[in-house]
Amino acid sequence: MTDKPQKLRIANRDFNSRLIMGTGKFASGEIMAAALEASGAEMVTVALRRADLSGQRDKFANILTFVDAKKYLLLPNTSGARNAEEACRLARLGREATGSTWLKLEIHPDPRYLLPDPIETLKAAEILVKEGFTVLPYINADPVLAKRLEDAGCATVMPLGSPIGSARGIETRANIEIIIEQATVPVVVDAGLGAPSHAAEALEMGADAVLVNTAIAVAADPVRMAAAFQAAVEAGRAAYEVGLAPKRKEADATSPLTGFLNES
Amino acid sequence: MSFSSEFDSLALAELSTFSQNATAADVETALARSQTNGKRLSLANFAALISPAAAEPPYLEALARQSHELTEKYFGRVMRFFAPLYVSNECINICKYCGFSRDNPILRVTLSLEQVATEARYLHEQGFRHILLVAGEHPHFVSDNYLRDCVARLRGDWPSISLEVGPLETEQYVPIVQAGAEGLVVYQETYDRGVYDAMHVSGPKKDMDWRLDTLERGYAAGFKRLGIGALLGLAPWRNEAIALAAHAAHLLRKCWKAQLTISAPRLRPAAGEFEPLVNMNDRELVQFICALRLAFPEVGLVLSTRESPKLRDNLIPLGITLMSAGSHTEPGGYTGQGKGELHVTKGGRMVKPSAPMIESEGEHATVQFEIADNRSPAEVAARLEQMGYETVWKDWESALNEA
Repeated sequence: MTDKPQKLRIANRDFNSRLIMGTGKFASGEIMAAALEASGAEMVTVALRRADLSGQRDKFANILTFVDAKKYLLLPNTSGARNAEEACRLARLGREATGSTWLKLEIHPDPRYLLPDPIETLKAAEILVKEGFTVLPYINADPVLAKRLEDAGCATVMPLGSPIGSARGIETRANIEIIIEQATVPVVVDAGLGAPSHAAEALEMGADAVLVNTAIAVAADPVRMAAAFQAAVEAGRAAYEVGLAPKRKEADATSPLTGFLNES
Repeated sequence: MSFSSEFDSLALAELSTFSQNATAADVETALARSQTNGKRLSLANFAALISPAAAEPPYLEALARQSHELTEKYFGRVMRFFAPLYVSNECINICKYCGFSRDNPILRVTLSLEQVATEARYLHEQGFRHILLVAGEHPHFVSDNYLRDCVARLRGDWPSISLEVGPLETEQYVPIVQAGAEGLVVYQETYDRGVYDAMHVSGPKKDMDWRLDTLERGYAAGFKRLGIGALLGLAPWRNEAIALAAHAAHLLRKCWKAQLTISAPRLRPAAGEFEPLVNMNDRELVQFICALRLAFPEVGLVLSTRESPKLRDNLIPLGITLMSAGSHTEPGGYTGQGKGELHVTKGGRMVKPSAPMIESEGEHATVQFEIADNRSPAEVAARLEQMGYETVWKDWESALNEA
């Protein structure tokens, strides 16, 4: 028996694509827009610190003009915030400037590994949910924290596979498996996915979606790489719905312990 | 523990000797370790990468390739821009290599807040959203209150304001951070105690340990970006490089919430006619920058207009992540502010300039050093675009600064 194909549903909104795209590190706004198109993504995250939040249509901070608001759900993020207070301030300013109430909550005080601060993230999530934001928090793969954020009313949880931009794939597998097993909101594996196979692996494990940026942005051909990730995400999801064959150590299983029962 | 308290127990001399005598095998070990994903280089690995052995063709190219790949992976195909704004060239220090040195008979001025705002407006129109306020060290003209007022004045238009000024106490930095500054840049100039003492003839800058710990005091006050550097041309560059790397490693551990940037400025012609004591050629500069990238993949590497357009263009893919463009190194340099108040100083005190002197200087405050890349910001951005890089003018937001 296999599961029926289902759409990704986050906060009462359906998505056909299970690939969420980031917008950093691209060589130009045009290349970024072409990669978004090729990825089939319907949700796109943008760092608020790179956008113009003054309402003056600053041509020197025009990243949002390359994200077609009719095609994509804009998911502003709070990258750069080091604590709950900064994240909340930035989120409110971003909502005013972009009109989007969706928010990728990112609080990483350490600019070196960009690992998220669990305490500040929970604090900010509790505040922002109450203020009407649809909060998608970026977290370390911590199952208890994931449950706490769910309780706080977050729309998803977004555990990292490995540090942002590291391309190391899913190094937090054991904990992500627990998060998926226990989650009542969609689980989005975010960060560290360096190859389409990593994205496929996340979907095969039962993750509801993945977020990818660096691996596409710095590829020799970001447009083709975006399409490759889309294909991998679809393959991984289909495999999950069908159900993978269990792994075996030996090609031909014998029964050394109970084989005698078959002897005449 | 502060950097000054561990500085003298670092094995800097041994590492310098190791670097000088490093073998091909040492270089290969360092390169291989760097290629292994997720491995950190030791200071000895870094010393091998800046060695004469690593300057040889197969290794230098391998170093450059890795540096390029790491930079792209961590920073993407983008270049962040910033602009220096000199607010004052008054100074009470006597430093042999610096154009602003106290006894140099140069035209000086400290811009009023209004004049600072006018200069900043010009830079804003060019596209800059990250500004670096620069000044000589003069507690009277460039007081902590003056700096705080400059920051407060600019805050509304500038998401990111950094300072490169004389070192202050933590308590003096606090109001400046609260006014909206987020970055602090302090170059050590040289990490060689003997050379430091000889170069800094008098003034508060003579205290090397006070300067060594400045970034840590700034971090304690709340600065979020810390910039370090050595002025190349005073002591053998490999020695400076190793000490600078040790300083970077210290700050990354201790000031873990701060974004670190490193500069490698080479000495330029300036008033006082100081000649570099040692030379560092282009090949060596490339080697140094690439080695820094391999040792510190996520650290910002800064390139100013001290270098020529050709070298700057070639350094872009090799590890640089932050550039200035169209810079002036004198107060009032962008829009001619402060012309009416030019003066000379004697012993750091203001005296009226003689009329012929002002004429001979063309009625401009004197530059700190000559720049080598005169292209406008737009020209440099266009060149970057040709090379496949996006110029990022804004990468910070005021809401992230102190409320």
